[in-house]
Amino acid sequence: MSAPRPIIRVQSEDIDTRNAVHALTEGRGDVGALVTFTGFCRDEAGTLSALELEHYPGMAEAELTRIGEEAIARFSLLGLAITHRYGKMLPGDQIVLVAATSPHRQAAFDGANFVMDFLKTSAPFWKKEHGVDGTAGDWVAAKDADDSARHRWTK
Amino acid sequence: MTRLVYFAWVRERIGLSEEEVDLPAEVKTVRDLLAWLRTRGEEYETALQFPDAIRVAINQEHAERDDRVQGAREIGLFPPMTGG
Repeated sequence: MSAPRPIIRVQSEDIDTRNAVHALTEGRGDVGALVTFTGFCRDEAGTLSALELEHYPGMAEAELTRIGEEAIARFSLLGLAITHRYGKMLPGDQIVLVAATSPHRQAAFDGANFVMDFLKTSAPFWKKEHGVDGTAGDWVAAKDADDSARHRWTK
Repeated sequence: MTRLVYFAWVRERIGLSEEEVDLPAEVKTVRDLLAWLRTRGEEYETALQFPDAIRVAINQEHAERDDRVQGAREIGLFPPMTGG
């Protein structure tokens, strides 16, 4: 059997998790595990009014596809869906969804985790913070912790 | 002609989201490209003053500093990514 293709969406609209899960599980008796991860726009200090997410059209889809194909091959996933939004997000809004299916739970957990670690450091998206005081704030800086998280998969 | 596309603070500092350029023959690698762009004006100098902070993609795939740029259709320049 050939490897499944990842289902990749890059969109401004909100994410419909139920739909994504349905596409991976409907009518299949071979799926033993489903793991979904959702990342939200958060306001830790009461200072953020919105996040603006910029992306590289074309490359964003291509890079998510490359990451998804690698995850499917590495963890023998039965299915994988990645949806990432762009545009303006308010605290509490969904930004990203990863859903992975496999016969047993470990592969689905690892597959979703792997996708997020690679997505953070190699998918072309950038966040800009807007403050509650009306200021268009700064671009979010990349974190060393995200690089470390990615590198643990190559050990 | 090669299309250069800029994102996030690289775009803001250069003041353009994209442009078409004729790469001079001596611009062979990504490293050469970054050095050449810095000579094109104050905005470029400001945007690219810390070249190690700039990521580059050739034809929408991540590229390394020694990768060759001649013949590329599209080259993207941007800061480290912060999605997810």
